[in-house]
Amino acid sequence: MTDTSSAPNTPPRHGTGAAVQASLARRRRKQIALQACGIGAISIAFLMLFILVASLVSSGYQAFTQTHVTLDVFVDPEEVREERLPRGGFDDVLAASLARMLPDVDTSDRATLRQVERILSNGAQFALRDMVVADPSLIGQTIEITVPVSDPYDQLNKGLIDRETPEENRRLKDEEIAYFDALKESGAISKPFNFGLFTNADSRFPELAGLKGALVGSFWALLTCFVISFPLGIGAAIYLEEFAPKNRVSDFIEVNINNLAAVPSVVFGLLALSVFIGWFGLPRSAPFVGGLTLALMTMPTIIIATRAALKSVPPSIREAALGLGASRQQVVFQHVLPLAMPGILTGTIIGLAQALGETAPLLLIGMNAFITSAASSPFDSATALPTQIFIWADSPERGFVSRTSAAILVLLGFLVTMNAIAIFLRQRFERKW
Amino acid sequence: MNDMTKFDRFVGLNETKISAQGVNVFYGDTHAVKDVSVEIAERAVTAFIGPSGCGKSTFLRCLNRMNDTIDGARVEGQIHLDGEDIYDPKVDPVQLRAKVGMVFQKPNPFPKSIYDNVAYGPRIHGLARNKADLDEIVEKSLRRAAIWDEVKDRLDAPGTGLSGGQQQRLCIARAVATEPEVLLMDEPCSALDPIATAQVEELIDELKRNVSVVIVTHSMQQAARVSQKTAFFHLGTLVEYGDTGQIFTNPKDPRTEAYITGRIG
Ligand SMILES: Nc1ncnc2c1ncn2[C@@H]1O[C@H](COP(=O)(O)OP(=O)(O)OP(=O)(O)O)[C@@H](O)[C@H]1O
Ligand SMILES: [Mg+2]
Repeated sequence: MTDTSSAPNTPPRHGTGAAVQASLARRRRKQIALQACGIGAISIAFLMLFILVASLVSSGYQAFTQTHVTLDVFVDPEEVREERLPRGGFDDVLAASLARMLPDVDTSDRATLRQVERILSNGAQFALRDMVVADPSLIGQTIEITVPVSDPYDQLNKGLIDRETPEENRRLKDEEIAYFDALKESGAISKPFNFGLFTNADSRFPELAGLKGALVGSFWALLTCFVISFPLGIGAAIYLEEFAPKNRVSDFIEVNINNLAAVPSVVFGLLALSVFIGWFGLPRSAPFVGGLTLALMTMPTIIIATRAALKSVPPSIREAALGLGASRQQVVFQHVLPLAMPGILTGTIIGLAQALGETAPLLLIGMNAFITSAASSPFDSATALPTQIFIWADSPERGFVSRTSAAILVLLGFLVTMNAIAIFLRQRFERKW
Repeated sequence: MNDMTKFDRFVGLNETKISAQGVNVFYGDTHAVKDVSVEIAERAVTAFIGPSGCGKSTFLRCLNRMNDTIDGARVEGQIHLDGEDIYDPKVDPVQLRAKVGMVFQKPNPFPKSIYDNVAYGPRIHGLARNKADLDEIVEKSLRRAAIWDEVKDRLDAPGTGLSGGQQQRLCIARAVATEPEVLLMDEPCSALDPIATAQVEELIDELKRNVSVVIVTHSMQQAARVSQKTAFFHLGTLVEYGDTGQIFTNPKDPRTEAYITGRIG
């Protein structure tokens, strides 16, 4: 083994073994050094990832719960009259009910009542109104409802307002803190999981703001993007890889597709703004336009992934089919494409995951508008997850800080899921030839 | 079997099935096949022998235009099948390949079931009228390729899961399933044990009753056993072409003699 050059019957030359030994030690040292570098690089990458996720979780976990207060509300027929529904003094009804739960509050003083009312989220009166409109027989009865508290009290309950701060620098006055403590004492305060984060659309009030509008917007945009870029991308890739003559023109096209994949996304946004909105007159802020824009960016990714997947199908398979008298179209659609499909799907999912996180082009086409209802079609105005994060990160209210982090976590959750599906597909259908 | 081949050898010449005139093949700048002219007889076995890299496979692939699929490959010269120029623009290579089947040097089963591998050709050419017909074609082809007994219980198993020699016989079964008029076999026995080799040679013998077989082989004994005509290639040129008996017993060219006696190769 060590000395193949010597003739069969001569004894091995001395020194060869020692030389191999020495070189072995050297090679082993090199390998260990290389492994150490690799492990070091991976550790650093993991540390960074850990810091990112940890900081997001530490600032965002609070947004996954929301402080609620449970009230016994007397729906006063004086304030709420059936014939005037859906209008009525729902806010006054709530304030009066809440004031009755607190000790030493002068219920006749309107200023005090207003102060008490501010404990409740602005959405509380609409929740009550919707209940009463749905069932007018509630008028005159006492009903128990659980509604979110407003942002400052939510912050207080989550320990984000320091009681030691001097009163004039605090968002809540001493007596307001006393109200809250009294409510807490009586067991009316609860802190359940914040379903509103997923079921509410955006709102000016942090305690009411949710991601539904953004999730729906992202869904429509991604659907549009997929429906357009997947067939076009695969079609283009099949043509270029399997049918197009290999010449200057196809080289030129190939270079340009690779360039297209490297164009900054903001450029696509500007293009979409002037072409889709300017020339074609499509609506601003619509997920459909967002999807078209994202499709422009995803298509090169899909084309490149598809071509790589088609190329990786061994030529012997094509030869086998051609040799049996299959036409080129039969070879492609009966043999090559099915074998390339896992690679194509992996590339597509990764492209879509990129599109899901893309922000700049959506900002340019106005998908960062303040919209308080979820889009019911791809042509309604909507935000998308990344632009919603952008909006919230820009909002001054304390409550939006944790919601921004929570929204980022939700977005990361989707990205991780999509990439996990891509990896699963790749491993599940990976072929050995 | 031996008596049979001897008998054929003396029966004399069949009609010409394929006639190649002045064929040159280039891969880019490489001149792989140089001015080769051969007449391949109908219902006979023609063997191509020669050292590695001398252009046997390349020339074989000209006969069903498989070189068309290689970028940069260029074929010059004339090849006629039944008197018709196969490189004529009017000829559809798909139709040609249905007539001129091929077994490749490296086994290349589809990553599909054994059944689907064999059934693929008959399916695309519409050779079976119904499922029972197709079943019969598949079984017959697998039997002819001497692999039926090994795979009859697992026709649904992937063809790629077979051993190398089994894959090679599966590819032979797949090629004969389309009932070609000419069968090009590029080293069909290179991965086979002596028993399977004998079975494939038996198949070749049986095929030649209604098919022209061209076989590339590195085994002199095999060429001597199965073929009626032998062509010796060397460095891209056709050195000698004649009756197998004459090539092996009385070669005219010194290079042929050197090769068959094992001095070049
Ligand atoms: N696809 C290709 N591209 C470029 N050159 C090729 C290609 N295929 C074959 N060649 C060259 O053409 C020459 C003939 O190759 P060919 O495969 O025909 O040899 P062969 O006689 O079949 O050899 P073997 O007995 O080893 O199979 C070789 O020099 C080879 O390098
Ligand atoms: Mg070869």
